[in-house]
Amino acid sequence: MNNILETQNLIKDYAGHKALNQVSIEVPKGSIFGLLGPNGAGKTTLIRIINQITMPDSGTVLFNQENIEPKHRSLIGYLPEERGLYRKMKVGEQCLYLAQLKGMTYAEAKKKLKYWFEKFEIVGWWDKKVEELSKGMAQKIQFIVTVLHEPELLILDEPFSGFDPINTNLIKSEIMQLNENGTTIIFSTHNMASVEEICQDIALINHSKKILSGKMRDLKNDFKTNTYEIVFKGSLLKFTNALWTGAELIDSKEIEPEHFSATIKLLNRTTTNDLLNGLIPHVQIQGLKEVLPSMNDIFIQAVSNPQTQSEIA
Amino acid sequence: MDKIWLVIKREYLTRVKKKSFIIMTLLGPLLMAGVIALITYLGMSDSGPQNILVVDDMAPVFDRLEDGRNYKFDYSDLSLPDAKKLFPESKYTAILWIPEIMDGERDNRPFLYFKEQPSGKTIRSIESKIEKVIEEMKMAKYGIKKSDYNKVRTNLSLATFKFSEDGTEEEVMTEKTVVGFAFGILIYMFIFMYGVQVMKGVIEEKTNRIVEVIITSVKPFQLMMGKILGIAMVGLTQFLLWIVLMFTFVTAAQTIILNNKQEMVMEQVAQVQQMNQMQSGALNLKKQDNNAFDITDPDNLINRINWPLMIGLFLFYFLGGYLLYAALFAAIGAAVDNETDSQQFMLPVTAPLIAAYAMSAMMIENPGNPAAFWGSIVPFTSPIIMMVRVSLGIEGAQYWELILSMVLLVLGFLATTWLAAKIYRVGILMYGKKVNYKELWKWLRYH
Repeated sequence: MNNILETQNLIKDYAGHKALNQVSIEVPKGSIFGLLGPNGAGKTTLIRIINQITMPDSGTVLFNQENIEPKHRSLIGYLPEERGLYRKMKVGEQCLYLAQLKGMTYAEAKKKLKYWFEKFEIVGWWDKKVEELSKGMAQKIQFIVTVLHEPELLILDEPFSGFDPINTNLIKSEIMQLNENGTTIIFSTHNMASVEEICQDIALINHSKKILSGKMRDLKNDFKTNTYEIVFKGSLLKFTNALWTGAELIDSKEIEPEHFSATIKLLNRTTTNDLLNGLIPHVQIQGLKEVLPSMNDIFIQAVSNPQTQSEIA
Repeated sequence: MDKIWLVIKREYLTRVKKKSFIIMTLLGPLLMAGVIALITYLGMSDSGPQNILVVDDMAPVFDRLEDGRNYKFDYSDLSLPDAKKLFPESKYTAILWIPEIMDGERDNRPFLYFKEQPSGKTIRSIESKIEKVIEEMKMAKYGIKKSDYNKVRTNLSLATFKFSEDGTEEEVMTEKTVVGFAFGILIYMFIFMYGVQVMKGVIEEKTNRIVEVIITSVKPFQLMMGKILGIAMVGLTQFLLWIVLMFTFVTAAQTIILNNKQEMVMEQVAQVQQMNQMQSGALNLKKQDNNAFDITDPDNLINRINWPLMIGLFLFYFLGGYLLYAALFAAIGAAVDNETDSQQFMLPVTAPLIAAYAMSAMMIENPGNPAAFWGSIVPFTSPIIMMVRVSLGIEGAQYWELILSMVLLVLGFLATTWLAAKIYRVGILMYGKKVNYKELWKWLRYH
């Protein structure tokens, strides 16, 4: 496996409160990784350990198969949930300072900053103080500072909280661009729906423990419940009768008169072909689609079922 | 390690480039000179002229009081109650009542009623005028001739010399402690001003939420030390600029004074030549030169202070004291979310500092105070108090005390820095939590 980042059995105890309990995750190189879980689950603690802001009580963090060390700091870009800038400092000076702290030389930082400032069309802000900028403007600066040193791993903690929709789209497309160019990205969020369509891999954390992890695709397959959505024309009664013992009607709604959308669950090893064979004589089928569970569904199912501690690789 | 330099550089440059720093640096010496001038002026100035009505129950004994420089006496044969009745409407500013039996042998005292408080100097002067009359009265009573009295009369003040172990003698002047006190105040001011700046800086980074971005690049300890050291350099820069400015002012002032003096000398030489009395003329000259503001005189206070020692110790105690307190201020800044919350933690930190200041003020009067010894050893007070002690000069065993005090100060700031780093590390990432001492104690035990 080519993982850029691995954590093994991380434990962090804050004076009686366990923030992390045996957390192991694997982030494949080049992936977009979702670190999901409700607020207070331990995501930020995990990220702070990866960023070497706090030390774990036990467990290891591997970066490119090496034990993580201060030298790796410059390979990681981090946009914290709680973020800000020096309000009284000029934008340009501040960017240069933060870039140099990340280990860039002055000249290099200046060159890269010029590129980003031109890209975002904000060259005029260079000599402005941060307090003169609007919140949205400051967010752009923040993003630039995070990615300026071209990190191999980009960690974004609740990246879209506080961003306005225009900035969100701009930042999203920049992130996708970076990912295409090889940057691994970790999204940490409690809003599972927001990353569903962009993450390939996820880890679910709840109450300091990792409860699920793996490829999004595999997880959805594992948690799928053989549920399908069928759109048809005809009588709902006939449709229900035709299901017979092969399937169970879960939900239905009338789109137009004599035009329905029904959610059904297949039973007893019935295949979709069996189902269609039974239905076609009675109603006019317009569409059939498998309903995959959303991350929210998976989360709720995994949390409510304590036995679901099994890992899916 | 080069990252800490980046932090120091930022902390230093952002502050030194501020307008307030430049203004303070330029105005500081002027302001200080102004305050000193004001105090001197107020000390020298006298209350307004007094018109004193003398109500003399022993009349006519006290009818020949001499008028003073800014007061004069009038006499009346009114009784005290009558005089008091008229007093508010009258042109008089005070009534001096001499009771009936006033011969200086019984415990009777004259009374002065006034509308506006006369200065202490005026009161002392009036007292001496009355004393003079009573003395004359007594001389007449006991048959002493005025010329005899003048022969007996003596006025002395004790000349105090410090005898050092190596046999050198030096005239002790408590004025020397004033120099130490001045250094002490300077250290006190610097610790306060720059310590609070450290605290504000930490709070700023915390409330701005920039701290979490920065500590992914540098260790919290580096950030804290970078801030403390950067601000220390701001303080030293300011101090250095003040010295340079002060030196310029003093030199300028001295050039003017010296020019005047030369003129004076020329005039006197001319007079002397006219009178053909070279010797007494030279004597005259020397006497005139011997005034407190003459910096060229080796006996002058300024020249009897061991400046290299004092400045060296000032730098040491300033830095040591600052580092000790700045670490604590940084910890406070990390523990709170805004400046208003910092009050509860400020008190225990500032209390020893203020106590040291108060103690050093008392030491001007009594430098040998035993509390001063302990104060000069304990790291929390030594930066201020040791300056006052050393200004008197040190010798023999006192060197050991000085070394002990310095070593303890170094250990002291290492300890507070260690302590502060632990609180800082946890505190800067703790938002929106009301912190109390119990909580801080918990942070100290995190690892």
